Amino acid sequence: MLELQNICKFYHAGTVNEMCLFEDFSLTVGEGEFVSVVGSNGSGKTSLLNLICGSIPLDAGSIRIGGRDITRMPEFKRQRRIGRVYQNPSMGTCPNMTILENMALADTKGRSFNLRPGTDKSRIGFYKEQLSTLGLGLEDKLSVKVGVLSGGQRQAMALLMSTMTPIEFLILDEHTAALDPKTAETIMQLTGKIVAEKHLTTIMVTHNLRFAVEYGNRLLMMHQGQTILDKKGREKSDMRVEDILDMFNAISIECGN
Amino acid sequence: MTILSGILEEGLIYAIMALGVYITYKILDFPDLSVDGTFPLGAALTAAMLVNGTAPFLALPASFLAGALAGCITGLIHVRCRVRDLFSGIIVMTSLYSVNLRIAGMKANLPFLSKDTIFDNPWIRTCLPAPLRPYAVVLILAVITLLCKLLLDWYLGTRSGYLLRAAGDNDTLVISLAVDKGRVKIIGLSIANGFAALAGGIFAQKQAYFDVSVGTGTMVFGLASVILGTQLFKRFHRLRPTTAVIVGSILYKACVALVISVRLIKATDLKLVTAVILLFILFVSDSVKRRGKRHA
Repeated sequence: MLELQNICKFYHAGTVNEMCLFEDFSLTVGEGEFVSVVGSNGSGKTSLLNLICGSIPLDAGSIRIGGRDITRMPEFKRQRRIGRVYQNPSMGTCPNMTILENMALADTKGRSFNLRPGTDKSRIGFYKEQLSTLGLGLEDKLSVKVGVLSGGQRQAMALLMSTMTPIEFLILDEHTAALDPKTAETIMQLTGKIVAEKHLTTIMVTHNLRFAVEYGNRLLMMHQGQTILDKKGREKSDMRVEDILDMFNAISIECGN
Repeated sequence: MTILSGILEEGLIYAIMALGVYITYKILDFPDLSVDGTFPLGAALTAAMLVNGTAPFLALPASFLAGALAGCITGLIHVRCRVRDLFSGIIVMTSLYSVNLRIAGMKANLPFLSKDTIFDNPWIRTCLPAPLRPYAVVLILAVITLLCKLLLDWYLGTRSGYLLRAAGDNDTLVISLAVDKGRVKIIGLSIANGFAALAGGIFAQKQAYFDVSVGTGTMVFGLASVILGTQLFKRFHRLRPTTAVIVGSILYKACVALVISVRLIKATDLKLVTAVILLFILFVSDSVKRRGKRHA
């Protein structure tokens, strides 16, 4: 369970450019929820994820995961229980290391990075099996450097790597935005499969309204640091792309676009 | 023959330091200038220890540890005080100049010609077969350098080593792995400067002499060796980069010796030559890279 309470976030505080993004923003995400977040640029979607992960500090309020207060916890410590996939496919893998080495790195998360061999040979079978679920043939290219893979292949690996060790939360930050439509579809199907198999609580920011409607069991629409739409259960499953599009248009008119 | 063995000897000693520069420059992508201070740190400590009658081989681990400590300080300044990488190195390098003078007993140079060293001691004189004796220095250096290389290869294959490589490659991933990337950098800098100081210590033992200015240009030498080695053997995928760095160091020393042997150029021009050859290597490797792009 993730609880954001009375969050305030200012940008350029104390200058003429001061901008208030969140003011008294609260959000609760329950166990096993798969939340799709949509919204226009600058509505605070990515800032929301950055606040949860600790990539940017917040000015007031508190963040709790599973009842524990993590407001002041440094970013890297929070990642122990969070898996994150970025928009940029190269953020989730090491380009100069091989597929096998990348898998071994991800597998060591949460354990001590000591002087034992980096790759546990007895785990190679498991890595191959995991890679084969991607259906990209990567299991036969273990000694290939990740840097030569395509964006889609890297993103698939990033998804696999971020969910390999037990985590409580999966954060997807427009993770299909940089991919071509076909690859985006594949990655999204894969995401749905992994989330369902591992029962992960997930927050997915996306600009693809169809993905937002088709996947997940809760839908949030953000606008100027507030949630202007929050649908769960039946209400969510009944939603169509057109409904969201209409909302988008309404917002745009309001903003004078 | 003496020129050749001179090249091999100095090339092998500086190769140990270049292994350290390989960690900071190539793996961590950290322009670490502190090696200019840690190389003479190892030399000063070794001189002080040998003058006081310590067993010469003990000076080796001591030099490494002293260098590692200095590297750790560079890392702490960079990570905890949020000072830029280049400045952290300069700060440590500059302050080490005074530290080195203090270690050497406020002397700018400290000879210990009469003392036993790892190259000249009773054991070598009695146990090494007579025909090998002229090559004793090269043999000992080859063994030490090889040992350092194997240790580094082993380390880079451990979990901790994986993390070091990841930190230079993609530090976002290091955070994603729930690890403090600052700590990884500090570990990398410690090992790198440990190697630099070890090389400095060995250099002092070979010369039986400490000079406070011995560190000037260490970084340049290290960089040149790393770039020369890795560029030359780029297509040899089976060759480990650490081996390439060692070969690079010897080749670079050979280049310098070749230029110095020209009659017009005096030994005092050494640093100028060292720097210009680095410039040349950088220029050539860059234009090779560009040509490759055009063909691609």
